[in-house]
Amino acid sequence: MSSTAEHAESHAHGHGLGDAVTHNAAKFGMWLFLGTEILLFGGLFAAYALFRAKYPDLFYESHKKLDVTLGAINTIVLIFSSFTMALAVSASQKRNRNWLMILLSVTFICGAAFGVNKYFEYSAKFHHHIFPDTNIFFALYFMMTGLHMLHVFVGMGIIFALIIMAKQGRFKEGNRYTPVEVGGLYWHLVDLIWIYLFPLLYLIG
Amino acid sequence: MANGVMTQTQHIPYLAQKGLKSWILTTDHKRIGILYLVTISFFFMIAGLTALGMRYELMTPELDFFRTATEYNVAFTLHGSLMVFFFIVPGIAASFGNFLIPLMIGARDVAFPRINLLSFWIYLVGTAILLSALAQPADTGWTFYTPYSIQTGTKVIMITLGVFVLGFSSILTGMNFIVTIHKLRAPGMTWSRLPLFIWASYATAILQLLATPVVGITLLLLIAERAFDIGFFDPAKGGDPILFQNFFWFYSHPAVYIMVIPAFGIISEIIPVFARKPIFGYKAIAYSSFAIAIISFFVWLHHMFVSGISETAAAIFSFLTMLVAIPTAVKVFNWTATLYKGSIDFHSSMLYALSFIVLFTVGGLTGVYLGALAVDVHLHDTYFIVAHMHYVMIGGTVMGFFGALHFWYQKWFGKVFDELTAKIAWFLIFVGFNVTFFPQFFMGFQGMPRRYATYPEEYISYHALSTYGSWILGLGVLIMTVNLLIPLWKEGRPESSNPYGSLSLEWQVPSPPPHENFDEIPTVTDWTYAYGKK
Repeated sequence: MSSTAEHAESHAHGHGLGDAVTHNAAKFGMWLFLGTEILLFGGLFAAYALFRAKYPDLFYESHKKLDVTLGAINTIVLIFSSFTMALAVSASQKRNRNWLMILLSVTFICGAAFGVNKYFEYSAKFHHHIFPDTNIFFALYFMMTGLHMLHVFVGMGIIFALIIMAKQGRFKEGNRYTPVEVGGLYWHLVDLIWIYLFPLLYLIG
Repeated sequence: MANGVMTQTQHIPYLAQKGLKSWILTTDHKRIGILYLVTISFFFMIAGLTALGMRYELMTPELDFFRTATEYNVAFTLHGSLMVFFFIVPGIAASFGNFLIPLMIGARDVAFPRINLLSFWIYLVGTAILLSALAQPADTGWTFYTPYSIQTGTKVIMITLGVFVLGFSSILTGMNFIVTIHKLRAPGMTWSRLPLFIWASYATAILQLLATPVVGITLLLLIAERAFDIGFFDPAKGGDPILFQNFFWFYSHPAVYIMVIPAFGIISEIIPVFARKPIFGYKAIAYSSFAIAIISFFVWLHHMFVSGISETAAAIFSFLTMLVAIPTAVKVFNWTATLYKGSIDFHSSMLYALSFIVLFTVGGLTGVYLGALAVDVHLHDTYFIVAHMHYVMIGGTVMGFFGALHFWYQKWFGKVFDELTAKIAWFLIFVGFNVTFFPQFFMGFQGMPRRYATYPEEYISYHALSTYGSWILGLGVLIMTVNLLIPLWKEGRPESSNPYGSLSLEWQVPSPPPHENFDEIPTVTDWTYAYGKK
């Protein structure tokens, strides 16, 4: 992420590109990348659709073994973290460094809380001898939530880098908040994917 | 922009700096292009050698060159996966795409130079993972079909992980190019003035972004099948092996166009320059790349006509497959029309471009043929398929790649190769290629299946002829390679920075270009293909 800022600088002076071009390019690039993320999960959603249509009873019976309460708490935690991330972007645009750091930290903590919650969920499953090879439903459950968890970790890494950069005062002048906004886009996608995963896995009627 | 430090460095050629560090940490798109060029050429050579080994084995019906049939299986798996994932998919897009896109649109670099370097490094990590699997390479074929890829004892995980990592590199490059083409065009470089190579690269990048993630998740699932014993693709556990084929071809058919559309772009650049005529049907060529890109997402089932899919689905996909032929033919007709009444110069790169038109047309038409349901059932998994796809991949992409190497050689390296030797090499490659693959149409039609190390006596004359052809082809490639390598170690510079009189922006800068590409960002006032008017 620090490279993006330096890059913006080298462009502004060396390549004759304005801050605005760099800002728009970075956002555009991230949107394209998010599209590929959706397609990555798209494969899993397609597999889910196929197997749920094939084995509706298995899906219904298996989903009862998932803990809806923990899942719901995690959903709320992630949606709240998206809210604080949005506020963080706004704080960076207003160049309010203290608020930016507080909001980014809260977002980071929410991500961590999500992970801890997931850890307890997985442990409970293993305790009851439920593994990815138990049946197709749990294979999907572990693949989908596992891949999503990986994205949460990557998102937390980005937010951590943003906190460090904010501490160094990188977002003080001009339009230099680009990394916060681009990182925010990524975090919202992580949130969005979970919003689909939760009903598909936990709330099968 | 015009500060003092800059003006001093501007005229230093980008190749001036020496040393390992100046290469592995470079963010210069021209150098990154060279890094890709060297790596993909390396894998092209390795995969080419395995092909020569396979052809040598097939000269006689018995198993004589390889010790076991499994060794032969390993050889074709290596040949296929190296050629597809390590050479031809990154191929032209990453090497020439990197070198040409900023130069052609009048930019100093791509939009994200550091991500560009990162994507090369990711590509290298992918190759390292793959090479680590070579001690016990997979024998599944490059398609990794389940259930065999789950059952075999060979190292499938490493090779698929390598390909998965390459996917990231492909996605980042595609993203970089799209943003570059959108945001960094020079003033006056409107969409309707863009060189056709840029249009082609744009369509390719879209395919890379849309298709690669799907093969990514497919390979991830395959790895999970082997590592955690889950059963997505295993009928015994309620899974569906056909699902793997669906996933795989949903990527791998568009991937065919990731491989060939950049070559379309190259042909569209070479032909007008050496025919001294404006390109015919500019818009039709530009838009047809997108038509191909879109349709290519709805034809994947034609790889699975004998997998037990429904007849309705098969009929629909057969129809859709034939639709792709229309935008493709639009291109071929427009190139031919550009040649009409042109004053043609048979430069070595033009010879490759002309061979492209002929050979790709054979590959394309046999593709239509295979898209017909009744014919496909008979020809599925025979040498007819092998011949068809090599006419598209070698006759198409590789001819385009070789043509590009000869066309932009002076610009890229600031050296001159021997033209006569280049023409001799072209002749050997053209003849050798046809002798190798044309007989395969016949033996495929007579029922010779692909992927067998041994075969009945009756096919021996076709197989032997094909093997002789592979030697001519190999010799041609060797001569071409040596001819292009020698000048790099010799003194000497091109007499002109624009020897072929091209109007495209990359030819208006010195050979090799300076680090910053342009002294000042040019303002474009005319179409790229206004030949004959100037």
